[in-house]
Amino acid sequence: MSKVVIDALVERFPDAVYDAYVGVGGDDCAFVKKERIVEVCRFLKSDPGMLFDMAPYITAVDYLGQEPRFEVVYNLLSLKTNRRIRLRVKVPEQDAVVPSVTSLWRGADWFERYCFDMYGIRFSDHPDMRRLFMYDEFVGHPLRKDYPLKGRQPLVQEREVKDIYRGPGPATRD
Amino acid sequence: MTEKKGLGEVQTAAPGEELRLRPGESELDAFMPSRRMTVNLGPSHPAMHGVTRAVVELDGEIIREMKLDIGFLHRGFEKSCENVTWTQCFPYTDRLNYVSSIMNNVGFALAVEKLCKLDVPERAKYLRVITSELHRICDHLTLVGAMGMELGAMTVFLYAVEARDIIWDRLAELCGARLTSNYARVGGVARDAPEGWVEKTGKTLDRVKGYVDEIDGLLSRNRIFIDRTRGTGVVPREDAIELGFTGPCLRASGEPFDLRKAAPYLVYDRVDFDIPVGTNGDNFDRYQMRMEEMRQADRIIRQCFTQMEPGEIAVQDFRYVLPPKPLVYGTIEGLMAHFKIIMEGIQVPAGEAYSYTEAANGELGFYVVSDGGGRPYKLGLRAPGWPMLAALPFMTKDSLLSDLIPTFDSINMIGGEVEQ
Repeated sequence: MSKVVIDALVERFPDAVYDAYVGVGGDDCAFVKKERIVEVCRFLKSDPGMLFDMAPYITAVDYLGQEPRFEVVYNLLSLKTNRRIRLRVKVPEQDAVVPSVTSLWRGADWFERYCFDMYGIRFSDHPDMRRLFMYDEFVGHPLRKDYPLKGRQPLVQEREVKDIYRGPGPATRD
Repeated sequence: MTEKKGLGEVQTAAPGEELRLRPGESELDAFMPSRRMTVNLGPSHPAMHGVTRAVVELDGEIIREMKLDIGFLHRGFEKSCENVTWTQCFPYTDRLNYVSSIMNNVGFALAVEKLCKLDVPERAKYLRVITSELHRICDHLTLVGAMGMELGAMTVFLYAVEARDIIWDRLAELCGARLTSNYARVGGVARDAPEGWVEKTGKTLDRVKGYVDEIDGLLSRNRIFIDRTRGTGVVPREDAIELGFTGPCLRASGEPFDLRKAAPYLVYDRVDFDIPVGTNGDNFDRYQMRMEEMRQADRIIRQCFTQMEPGEIAVQDFRYVLPPKPLVYGTIEGLMAHFKIIMEGIQVPAGEAYSYTEAANGELGFYVVSDGGGRPYKLGLRAPGWPMLAALPFMTKDSLLSDLIPTFDSINMIGGEVEQ
């Protein structure tokens, strides 16, 4: 892959884009400051040299024990130039609010709702910031590393089943 | 402003929508102000396959607004995978898109191999492509059959299921299961093709081709089918791109983007095939994409059969692949390698990667993060049907309620992958 996109980004946003690197398999990757993500994405989408017209996947990772704890990962694709870029945004636990990119790509809507549902990262200016998969009464965010693997929260009383053990599992991995 | 009494309430028509008879118009044809009605569709509705709940705001028969409520099939795919070894994730990936499970297996295997910087042997590549394309035919047959059935053509469904079944028979001979194949492995595939399987599959493909032609004859020029699908659920090209459509739905809108051509993986750069591209982006185009892709998949498989040569089906590196049983029982190195893979899992180098393949419904992406251990630290799944389902309110806005059914069919929402 070429370093064109990364170089252009670093040149244009020297104070927002940092630690650019070429990932496994030659993917272009860079870290972006949380407050500037919309600005960087707008440049990537609208600049005639970039034209990243699609955001195929946005997800989050919980690096428990690291500071800042969370990370939101934007995988962007340009259909015109067939280039991809991965932007990583560090999100601290105390201030887990990231500006939403739904104004740029409507397809980001459910991905951001997913990040909120599973990791508790809020997206400001999102039109409909609700849980995606879990029900509204659900407490906690299941993909956080400190959520127990067997933490069951049934909406209706579960029936007693003799041969299956149900209960809160260990907080760490099994 | 006309006020009409109905259902005990005073109803007001919107400005400019008065009950006014145009010259020559009978009272029966005149505009009748109606009250908006909220209807709950699903989660288990006979016309919605899968369990998806849609709250629809209706104005007469026209959908004015729609809200989707999903997650009834959520079973914690990512959380489960974070707590098992890399190899144990494969059965979980089977259950994502359960109609075309091998494509999920291959997609996940490629993601892990990208992190491990592993290249699989030639024969494994061909077997992966052949099985993936067989499953692509299955997936498209499911869509076409279900679409026909829900629009009233039960025969089509029976043909499609019959064709799908004979392919699954061949896959069962290959990997022992019809649906949950669990076929790919990190570093190769699980089993080689049995004796005579290639010829047998060739004959099966002939029969499938016959069924596909028959379905084509029943639907493609069927007046009822065309009336229900043409011009409904239209997604213009710009919207499709912005909404994150991939796969046949994106190509139906006129964007010729296919990962098998744009970023060839495995052996797709060695086979000759065409990508169908639509023009209108409506349900009929999406249906036609599927019909043509089945024929192209047939072409790919037959080319792979002629190009494929005997050889290894997995890398001979026992840090990634289980050693053969004589080595396990006969040598201490083999036993240790076996033990380490089973007990600790494959040691994937620390790092993160995003790997993408062209599954039946679009881009199937896996974002894998490894901390250097035997289990995934994070396994993010980009389900192909996700953006399409998210766009359903956009696609059905201001259309008839009955158009929801073909639109829902043609995006091919598979609950297993979308709701993880």
